[in-house]
Amino acid sequence: MNAPTSFDKASALREKLVVIGNGMAGCRAVEEILARDPERFDITIFGAEPRVNYNRIMLSPVLAGEKTFEEIVLNTADWYAQNAIELVSGDPVDHIDRTRQTVVSRSGRVEPYDKLLIATGSDPFIIPVPGRDLPGVVTFRDLDDVDKMLAAAGQGGNAVVIGGGLLGLEAAHGLSLRGMKVTVIHLMPTLMERQLDEAAGWLLKTELERRGQTILTGADTQEIIEKDGHVAGVRLKDGQEIAADIVVMAVGIRPSTRLAKTAGLDCERGVMVDDHMVTSDPNVLAVGECVQHRGLCYGLVAPLWEMCRSLADHLTGSPSGYLGSVTSTKLKVSGIDVFSAGDFSGGDGAEDIVMRDAARGVYKRVVVKDDRIVGAVLYGDTADGNWYFDLLKKAEDISEIRDGLIFGQAFALGGGANADPNAAVAALSDDAEICGCNGVSKGKVVETIQAGACSLDAVRSQCKASASCGSCTGLVESLLALTLGDEVQAGAKTLCKCTSFTHDDARRLIVEKELRAMPQVMQELHWTTPDGCASCRPALNYYLLCAWPGEYEDDQKSRFVNERLHANIQKDGTYSVVPRMWGGLTNPRELRAIADVVEKYDAPMVKVTGGQRLDIFGIKKEDLPAVWADLNAAGMVSGHAYGKSLRTVKTCVGSEWCRFGTQDSTGLGVKIEQMTWGSWMPHKFKIAVSGCPRNCAEATIKDFGVVCVDSGYELHVGGNGGIKVRATDLLCKVSTEEEVMEHCAAFIQLYREDAHYLERTAPWLERKGLEWIKAQMFADPDAVRRLAARFRHSQKFMQDDPWAKRASGDRSDLHQHLATVRPAQTEYA
Amino acid sequence: MQAKWLDIGPVTQIEPGMAATLPVIGGEEIAVFHTMRGEFYALVNKCPHKQGPLSQGIVHGDSVTCPLHNWRISLRSGEALGDDQGCVPTIPVKVDAGRIYLLREAVVPPTPAQRKAA
Ligand code: SRM
Ligand SMILES: Cc1cc2nc3c(=O)[nH]c(=O)nc-3n(C[C@H](O)[C@H](O)[C@H](O)COP(=O)(O)OP(=O)(O)OC[C@H]3O[C@@H](n4cnc5c(N)ncnc54)[C@H](O)[C@@H]3O)c2cc1C
Ligand code: SF4
Ligand code: FES
Repeated sequence: MNAPTSFDKASALREKLVVIGNGMAGCRAVEEILARDPERFDITIFGAEPRVNYNRIMLSPVLAGEKTFEEIVLNTADWYAQNAIELVSGDPVDHIDRTRQTVVSRSGRVEPYDKLLIATGSDPFIIPVPGRDLPGVVTFRDLDDVDKMLAAAGQGGNAVVIGGGLLGLEAAHGLSLRGMKVTVIHLMPTLMERQLDEAAGWLLKTELERRGQTILTGADTQEIIEKDGHVAGVRLKDGQEIAADIVVMAVGIRPSTRLAKTAGLDCERGVMVDDHMVTSDPNVLAVGECVQHRGLCYGLVAPLWEMCRSLADHLTGSPSGYLGSVTSTKLKVSGIDVFSAGDFSGGDGAEDIVMRDAARGVYKRVVVKDDRIVGAVLYGDTADGNWYFDLLKKAEDISEIRDGLIFGQAFALGGGANADPNAAVAALSDDAEICGCNGVSKGKVVETIQAGACSLDAVRSQCKASASCGSCTGLVESLLALTLGDEVQAGAKTLCKCTSFTHDDARRLIVEKELRAMPQVMQELHWTTPDGCASCRPALNYYLLCAWPGEYEDDQKSRFVNERLHANIQKDGTYSVVPRMWGGLTNPRELRAIADVVEKYDAPMVKVTGGQRLDIFGIKKEDLPAVWADLNAAGMVSGHAYGKSLRTVKTCVGSEWCRFGTQDSTGLGVKIEQMTWGSWMPHKFKIAVSGCPRNCAEATIKDFGVVCVDSGYELHVGGNGGIKVRATDLLCKVSTEEEVMEHCAAFIQLYREDAHYLERTAPWLERKGLEWIKAQMFADPDAVRRLAARFRHSQKFMQDDPWAKRASGDRSDLHQHLATVRPAQTEYA
Repeated sequence: MQAKWLDIGPVTQIEPGMAATLPVIGGEEIAVFHTMRGEFYALVNKCPHKQGPLSQGIVHGDSVTCPLHNWRISLRSGEALGDDQGCVPTIPVKVDAGRIYLLREAVVPPTPAQRKAA
């Protein structure tokens, strides 16, 4: 501890400034004051940490082994001595007495003040789970924490980091470089969700996984497991256990306000300050992460610098005023470039400019509103981050450079002609490569266009440019515009406004490029929106589900309400419930269960549907799981009356009773329904089996219809009732029930793998032609078997009754109202 | 002091891209939305078209598509987007320290006694 030195004599005349907190803000404030008026104050700084002030943000590189502590010291012992600052380190202040104007430290030292500065920073937040106090559970805030982590890393083994924000990921990176096997547990579905959107968060997650970390998103910690008095692992709410020799809690920070609160200063989330960093007591100031200014608390250093400037101006008699800060974030993990600034949620009238370059792993999104940048998220190439941030802070009008904005500063400001992307493409030489995947030059594309290819699709099919990964689509479109002017023809209808790809392209590329997650599809296929729209999300969800049975996890937020709640929404917001009645058959037990449900839940109506089963109306979404539990108890499962999936298999009585029946149409219908139920499809799918050509089950207006005849079974496809009635086409005739089943499975699979989302079999068949369908099924004698095998494989993962899962409590959040309404827990504002 | 903000629980109870409902005794049911971009909004849970439950729609950007007839409603202003006309009341929301708060007055009308005291 240094004693006051050469300025002793004058000190009696000077005001006494006491600083609590020897951290980044406290010391910076002192530096700013000294720079303005070195003679004004007699200064004492109390620090809880037993060391001089260092650059806290560089703790991450210290942990990663890229820097030493000496390299990150900001104020050496000499600095304190030269400025006659008394540093009381390793002795935290315990108490502030505002009447006497003194502070009292833990060791009992009493220090009077004229002005007091609180710069206590933040405390790491510890989630209140059992085991949080065990040895081996650490936070990431100061050098001692880093030392604890390094000691653990020295032993190797497993580390679990709770929290996938900035701090958590930097801790995970450091520990993994130090040789530990790291698992990151993150509560939210996206990493760094406060700084990154879903697209960037997904890229980050993939890269970290590629580097060997395990990233668990949507994972909620239940408890920290103990063994022999030390941490041994983490148990999640879903029961999963992860072994751990060290657990790092990096779930967030809380402004450290305890001292200020007990001293009676106004505090909310942080210590309340005005624009001059003065608290509710004119002699007490506060600065740094511990304060709340104009309703905001900050967790980054940039705002601290601005606060310190205003504080020093005020204390030295020339008040300026701090107005709040816009912040930007960078992740300090070597080799991963992530940048985020401002408000990337945009809002009304905000437009997203998105650029994706799958080959380089780049995603850029700039959010523009009223010709000003309001936010930016960059992944993979952050070179222009500061430029965007600068435009954002200055609220510059960007309308002049809008077209080239997303390509970065060099391009956008390249002057006049260059700001137009078409002009930039025009300037390319003829042998410049346009399509990297297929090695097509600009000259070749222009030649193809001049030879009559007037649309993107025509170019794709004639010279292959942009036909593979599609990252050059923009370039090809520019070339079309340059070569043809107004004659460019709109291409085949794209999947939706978020993409230039068609349904067919998207389906094909998902399989070819093995795309297995929605953000991956959007990145690789250069989606122009960050998270798609209500049209493409359900379509992509289906395509992924169809391409990767058993692997792809169904995305509930991309599902229409009926499929999310497994019931049909009605005009009054209630739901109807249709249990499956196999082949239209039922029995007293089922009928009783239905009757009981109708009475128990006061259902206003129960009706026989056009699909040979019963529909219970007027059920509230909260009651659905209980209704299903009752129906399940009687052996009934979901009828999928709500789904783009198999609906019903209608049957007639058939040979068992009917005097004209040729085969057991009822029994066959039941078998078919048992094989096909639960399958997700491009659109709804209906089947019927009639026992003779009188066709009482209306099999010839179904997606797949069977008409039994004496010699076997006629198989009909592509019919529907509905808006535009279409009678089926005859596909073929077979002689055994097994063949009926095999052909049915094969036809469904062909439809599942080829049709566009929301295209029923009738329009699909008319688009492709019956001959095409026959060729797919019969040209190769083994085709039916292969298609059917793929269908059966996929069914292995689909035939779980969705009602039973929900009835057992799965996703109860979808059915219940917000459970935690606690009006007593209010905040005073 | 009059409590202004109503704490309705942690942000984690609503997955991004989803919404949850909050029935109000003696008032209109409220739908609380969490967008994929991480923002929270609250609207009266009634579509301006024919009272469809907006909480059950598909959320994208900062709008929701009504599950009944596909009107698109702005979560910020409550207004119908595109060619449709209509507006649903919005309720101010703030998020603080991981919890969601609704503006109390907009949720629960003050009791006569409270009104007198004010
Ligand atoms: C309940 C039912 C009417 C009834 O009381 O009988 C019904 C009710 C609805 N039908 Fe249907 N259809 C019902 C049998 C039919 C039939 C008859 C059949 O399946 O043999 C047809 C004509 C056959 C066909 O589909 O080819 C039929 C053709 C339609 C269509 C037109 C389809 C088309 O391709 O043109 C729609 C509109 C749509 O799907 O987009 C539709 C849509 C609907 C919807 C889902 C409207 C909606 O989106 O909300 C209705 C849901 C009511 C509900 O909440 O349950 N419903 N609908 C029948 C349920 C059968 C079942 O047990 O699952
Ligand atoms: C690992 C890590 C990485 C980070 N990376 C970045 C980054 O990349 N970019 C960025 O902008 N920000 C980053 N930050 C945040 C940045 O470090 C903080 O915003 C900044 O340090 C806040 O300064 P402060 O002075 O308010 O708090 P601190 O720097 O924490 O200083 C407060 C000091 O007060 C002391 N203290 C508390 N109570 C008392 C008491 N009663 N008596 C005496 N002393 C007390 C504490 O021990 C501490 O030394 C990072 C933080 C960490 C931990
Ligand atoms: S015919 Fe029209 S009104 Fe009747 S159930 Fe079908 S969709 Fe509804
Ligand atoms: S009720 Fe919402 S669109 Fe009709």
